[in-house]
Amino acid sequence: MSNVSLTSAIPMLLKAVPRSRNFEAVLLFWVAGIQAFALAQVQLAVVQRMSWDMLLYWAPPALGAAVVHYVLRKHAVSADGLMLPLAYLLNGLGIAMIYRLDLAEIARGGIELYAERQVWLTVFAMFCAAAVVRLVPNHLALRKYPYLAGAAAVFLLILPAAPVIGKTINGATLWVGIGELTFQPGEVAKILLAIFFAGYLISKRDTLSEIGSRVLFMKVPRAKDLGPILLFWVASLGVLVLQRDLGTSILYFGLFLVMIYTATGRAFYVGAGMTMMITGALVASRLFDYVGRRFDTWLDPFANVNYNAAGGSYQLVQALFGMANGDVIGTGLGGGFPQLIPLAESDFIFAALGEELGLAGIFAILAIFLLLVYRGLRIANSHPDDFSRLLAIGLSFVIGLQLFVVAGGVMGLLPMTGLTTPFMAAGGSSLLANWVIIALLLRVSDSSLKRVQS
Amino acid sequence: MNRQVRRVGLALTVMFLALFAMASSIQVLRSADLYKDSRNVRASYETYKTQRGSILVGGTSVVESVPVNDAYRFNREYESVLYSPVIGYFSLFSGTDGIERVMNSYLSGQSSAQFFEQINALLDGKPVTGAAVELTLDPDIQRAAWDALGDRKGAVVAIEPSTGRILAMVSKPTFDANLLAGHLYGPVTDALKTYSADEDQPLVNRAIAGDLYHPGSTFKLVVAAAALESGSYTATSTFENLDTYRLPGTNTFIKNSSGSTCGTGETVTLEYALIRSCNIPFAMLAVELGQERIRVQAELMGFGQELEIPMDVTPSIYPIELEDSQLALTGFGQFDVRVSPLQMAMVSSAIANQGVLMKPQLIDLVVASNLNVLSQPEPTVLSAPMSRLTAGYLTRMMVDSVEVGAATRAGISSIAVAGKTGTAENGPTDPYTLWFTGFAPAEAPEVAVAVVVEDGGGIGQNGTGNQIAAPIARMVIEAVLAK
Repeated sequence: MSNVSLTSAIPMLLKAVPRSRNFEAVLLFWVAGIQAFALAQVQLAVVQRMSWDMLLYWAPPALGAAVVHYVLRKHAVSADGLMLPLAYLLNGLGIAMIYRLDLAEIARGGIELYAERQVWLTVFAMFCAAAVVRLVPNHLALRKYPYLAGAAAVFLLILPAAPVIGKTINGATLWVGIGELTFQPGEVAKILLAIFFAGYLISKRDTLSEIGSRVLFMKVPRAKDLGPILLFWVASLGVLVLQRDLGTSILYFGLFLVMIYTATGRAFYVGAGMTMMITGALVASRLFDYVGRRFDTWLDPFANVNYNAAGGSYQLVQALFGMANGDVIGTGLGGGFPQLIPLAESDFIFAALGEELGLAGIFAILAIFLLLVYRGLRIANSHPDDFSRLLAIGLSFVIGLQLFVVAGGVMGLLPMTGLTTPFMAAGGSSLLANWVIIALLLRVSDSSLKRVQS
Repeated sequence: MNRQVRRVGLALTVMFLALFAMASSIQVLRSADLYKDSRNVRASYETYKTQRGSILVGGTSVVESVPVNDAYRFNREYESVLYSPVIGYFSLFSGTDGIERVMNSYLSGQSSAQFFEQINALLDGKPVTGAAVELTLDPDIQRAAWDALGDRKGAVVAIEPSTGRILAMVSKPTFDANLLAGHLYGPVTDALKTYSADEDQPLVNRAIAGDLYHPGSTFKLVVAAAALESGSYTATSTFENLDTYRLPGTNTFIKNSSGSTCGTGETVTLEYALIRSCNIPFAMLAVELGQERIRVQAELMGFGQELEIPMDVTPSIYPIELEDSQLALTGFGQFDVRVSPLQMAMVSSAIANQGVLMKPQLIDLVVASNLNVLSQPEPTVLSAPMSRLTAGYLTRMMVDSVEVGAATRAGISSIAVAGKTGTAENGPTDPYTLWFTGFAPAEAPEVAVAVVVEDGGGIGQNGTGNQIAAPIARMVIEAVLAK
């Protein structure tokens, strides 16, 4: 379905994607410097002196990034040179903010600390990313197992609802856990879903694109081709009802819509899908109390009845207070009171960053995410193989959509959800999943030039 | 497929633009409103970052903000628990109270009077420093009152009658403000929890707030003042001298605390009844006067009035819509009459100051860090609840009460002390509330005092105001006279 011929794609590719690993190495040094600076500022602002403690929060992620870089040099030398530094930058800033919140917690005499754990989870996730790059020499192998991936995704999705190991935290059933170890299988499921959709849609897209009839301005597919979208709509609403989380539901359904649209080129799917999703959510808000409450607190967070209710808008309002305190240039790391926002280290790290880095910092962070997502789309655009393009689109879009849902929730643009800010929030499942996405995108970007050359 | 990729890119761009717009709206357009929301504690936390002004007593600071190495830069240090009930506390996690609360805008440098100082500080790039607040308390008198009350639960208030300046204000048990002013969340909230759960309510300043007390016989001063002011009574007006009195409309009988008549005569004078603190004549007097006259007199002395010293004082209560039986009981400070110790000190203060009640005041001076005087409350008249003549009569009766009557243990050999005791009942088996209020020297008063001791001073229904409360007042008066 490519509109660009292979020959015309080659010069565009060469121009578009910096493939130099040396360029990447320079950027990595730079990012490591920025993170060291952020950690130093945290220490100076919160405890008024610098200490070697910061090495613990700086050296392991730097080492992890170096390992990924080394593996790329050896096994994917043509891969995109911007993605690793961008992801490392977001991850490093996240660690600095979590460390800053830890220091505030220590000052209050608290014991719930996250930064050190986050450092080791980061290293683990980076090693996994390196392993994916090393062990998946050709991502096209993934194309052979769409149904296996799909089945695995469904299994992971329903796992939190399983007895004994399923866990409900803050009202959402998104976790599995044994003792202290908890894991959010939905984070990994989104990768498997992207693989499944890519494989499935590539094989079915010809039928799905066939025109049924024309209604008004839209081409409506035949009734029997509506099957998959209906099925997936029901599944997404099932996630909303069973796992009590609108964010996860939006994320999977959004991923599906974007991929089916990309595969078929049919805007009808997006229009119909979004209408169905909004209708479903509105009906759910009438039928289910917990969905309805989320909507109420979203629509009027400042009403005392919502502010004082258990599980009400207190957290959201505190987040808005924090961001307002940050104003345009922020209070500076260590200068604000992000510790007043419940779950500032995980779900609400975006608000904590907004308070201390200000609107300027928020713009910068959003720009980094946008750049990361654009690189992913660039990779999709420039790959000659449709499966690869579809996969790259799905994977990059899911990062962008997740950030949109989380940041939108934190700022009151959307109802609050249980998703995490990719790369920044404390939590291992999210780090692991997003780093694996980066690894897959790097793998795809590496293969595009090679295939063109062969 | 590239067309689709571009459109997905466009969709993502629109989503991110929405985030940019929302962040701009929160952090620029709405930031001032959000910052001012009463539920936003950030504004008050910011005050931790300026050096808060000191609080001084007798020219030396008893509370200071000391630089420390943490995010809040300064730690509030309280020199002594002596002043805790008055000064209160300034806490990061549990709010503020007392002078720290009501004088916060001055202490934190945010008052409108410090506007130009703030501007200058901004121009110099130096942080604003809060103003210092000097209290009217006298350290020696405060110490004497503190020591005299000892381990008993209760309160002591001493006022300079001619100015209303509060010289001492003690409430026990109290708290250590240092435990609440720390920067460690755990220990501070633990301390607050412990204090809040304590049934003795150490965080309450009993002198001006809390549950108020039955005034008992000290309220006879108000009833006597109402009688003399009515013009229908003099010090020598007489009442039938009974050994029991049936409350009007009931079959309940009351007695004098002696258990017999008030002296030996057929009749008893108002004067004699006050000096001996007999209940029956005052019950009869109350019924004769009627509740309106007593209430008006009480309100002129401060009952039912909002008062700020500058902390809010819980208004004392003279009940309304009384049956005659209840009215009779209020004649000697029982039934639903409730007072603060400060209120009873104000009653004595009005009598001492020849019938003119000065507004009680704790603030002597507020001085900015550049030594500008920001506030210096002048003595103000609160009301004129009685004539000079009435005040003179009452003074004579109170002096006799100390010299030969029911308040002898407040006596000091070299000078005339005026006083009135009270031993208030709280229930058939509950310990008494023990009172003394008075002033000295009687001819040229320097101090008016009120002492209240809860729980019968630890000896249930065996203690009296004369035995327990009067000596405490004497020690406070001696400390004033020693100056």
